[in-house]
Amino acid sequence: MEAVIAIAIGVLFASGVWLILRPRTFQVIIGLLLMSYAVNLFIFIMGRLWVNKPPLTLEQAVDPALFADPVPQALVLTAIVIGFATTALYLVLLLTSRGLTGTDHVDGKEPRQ
Amino acid sequence: MSFWADQLILLPILLPLLFAAALVLLSGRRQQLKFAINLIGTLALLATAITLFWFTDREVWPQGVGVYLAANWAAPFGIALVVDRLSALMLTLCAVIALAALVFSYRRWSRAGVHFHSLFQFLLAGINGSFITGDLFNLFVFFEIMLAASYGLLLLGLQSERIRASMQYVVINLVASSFFLIGVALIYAAAGTLNMADLAVRASTMGESERLLLEIGAAVLAIVFLIKSAVWPLGFWLPTTYAAAAPPVGAMLVLMTKVGIYVLLRLWQLVFAEQTELLNALSGAVLVTGGLLTLAFGTIGMLGSQELGRMAGFSAIISSGTLLAALGYGEPRVISAALFYLISSTLAVAAFMLLMELIERIRKPSAAVLALTMEAFAIDDAPEESAGVVIPAAMAFLGLSFVASALIMAGLPPLSGFIAKFALFHALLNPTGMFTDNTYVADPLAWTILALIILSGLAAIISLMRYGVRTFWAAADATAPRLQLSEALPITVLLALCITISLAAGPTSRYLDRTADALHDPGRYIERVMSTPAVPGVVSITGGDS
Repeated sequence: MEAVIAIAIGVLFASGVWLILRPRTFQVIIGLLLMSYAVNLFIFIMGRLWVNKPPLTLEQAVDPALFADPVPQALVLTAIVIGFATTALYLVLLLTSRGLTGTDHVDGKEPRQ
Repeated sequence: MSFWADQLILLPILLPLLFAAALVLLSGRRQQLKFAINLIGTLALLATAITLFWFTDREVWPQGVGVYLAANWAAPFGIALVVDRLSALMLTLCAVIALAALVFSYRRWSRAGVHFHSLFQFLLAGINGSFITGDLFNLFVFFEIMLAASYGLLLLGLQSERIRASMQYVVINLVASSFFLIGVALIYAAAGTLNMADLAVRASTMGESERLLLEIGAAVLAIVFLIKSAVWPLGFWLPTTYAAAAPPVGAMLVLMTKVGIYVLLRLWQLVFAEQTELLNALSGAVLVTGGLLTLAFGTIGMLGSQELGRMAGFSAIISSGTLLAALGYGEPRVISAALFYLISSTLAVAAFMLLMELIERIRKPSAAVLALTMEAFAIDDAPEESAGVVIPAAMAFLGLSFVASALIMAGLPPLSGFIAKFALFHALLNPTGMFTDNTYVADPLAWTILALIILSGLAAIISLMRYGVRTFWAAADATAPRLQLSEALPITVLLALCITISLAAGPTSRYLDRTADALHDPGRYIERVMSTPAVPGVVSITGGDS
């Protein structure tokens, strides 16, 4: 299970890195999205992989080993929201740039042939 | 008294957030009112910052460390906001520069985009939050608030040049944010806590495998802050961004590169410096080497740049390099001198960023830049050229301000730049203090840092002099531009502050010595954060009242 998740995160992140190095803004934004997915998954599994364990404790004192760690879950929610907002902002920037310069190249102009 | 003093710690975050929210609601047509509200907000912030500065130095709180427990959760569980001498100093610096940038933007730039005022206050909330948070993940959140606001502000006065710079800036920072999260997640996985003070305690009692994980996390985190402080191979975004930014935004950007430095200083002194031997040696070497390479890069770039925007960018890089090298060197006296340098160079480069636009007006017809902006942004109420108080002797003012900021940036006497560099050299050559050991010979590393700092000053003076001669003396047809009081005043105030700290260099450096000593004794900080009790009787933590 750990191996599957680790490989999935690695593949996502590697694809993201490759895409943000591409010259078109659309590729860059997809790359950023993939990287943020990978990072979110990464934070999530930093609370270790658990199956069938609730994240919240009850009022009575209970054995913490029976429960999943709630902190990474809270962190990942925050990270998702922030990542989503900033990526949306980049999307707006991308469209503005496309509108003002007439090209979707990251430099704002087509490379010379 | 103590209860209300504690509440004051929250204000540097709360005030800007409230003002920003209020400013969003106001219509963009009521520019004067929005400006007035923003000004009140920033002034209130300055008052708060100065009060905190005074409280921390007078030790109103034990050890000069004030702790605010958000939502009344005791330290390792909730988010602690912590203010000590260093954070209070940075808060004050931030408020001063914000005030200058805001007043400068009164006539033109605050009208060049919708929601300038809200974004400005959000930026302040983010910067202040980064200075006073005691929690790693919370630091991430404040970083993102700061960055999101800066993305918006960088686009102020939409132009294709600014959009191109913004695209790079946004992508770099989004990638850096990913690394930030990875670093934080690794540290949490290793230590099981995100509270900086708790982390410092746990780092010392950690097993081998966890320690390895913690060190990897710390290294990933360091990359993020090194990107923000524009260390050599990670800082190519900076000159382009500075050159493209509107002047008031540029002044705030100068401050933002210092946030990276601040966090490195805070985290390394608190968590990693004492606790882990390997990391200590490694990060010291990395910081010094990175700082030296950055200095070299900044020096070469400074010599090669012909326009003011890039010069300002490279001088910010030089100042980052100097600070990082001093940080990595790590002696308390060196850090105290580096803090002096930080204050002086931040004020001077910020003044220079503001001055830039006014000097450009000598060369260009005044409204050209603005006309383009207005066209792209479809703003119909262009500010009137005749509005406001026009100051006389514009050329003399510009020339004098240019010379003053150039002297400070290059570190020539008699202004604060010289005193800062002198203190730095003195500390590098006598790390144990003067007259203690006459046979002491400074190590080659100190000599290298010293040589590079002097070279960078030389490069700065050559480059700035070249520009100054061309602009002020060689241009025969130069016409004196019209300067408004609201534009000249902030620059004068920033430079006057530099002069003040050079006149009051004794008290200033004694204060900074106390700051550096407190940084070098993280035990007091940790003890204060961990031992602050929740306010009794308000909410019971153990009870199930949620």
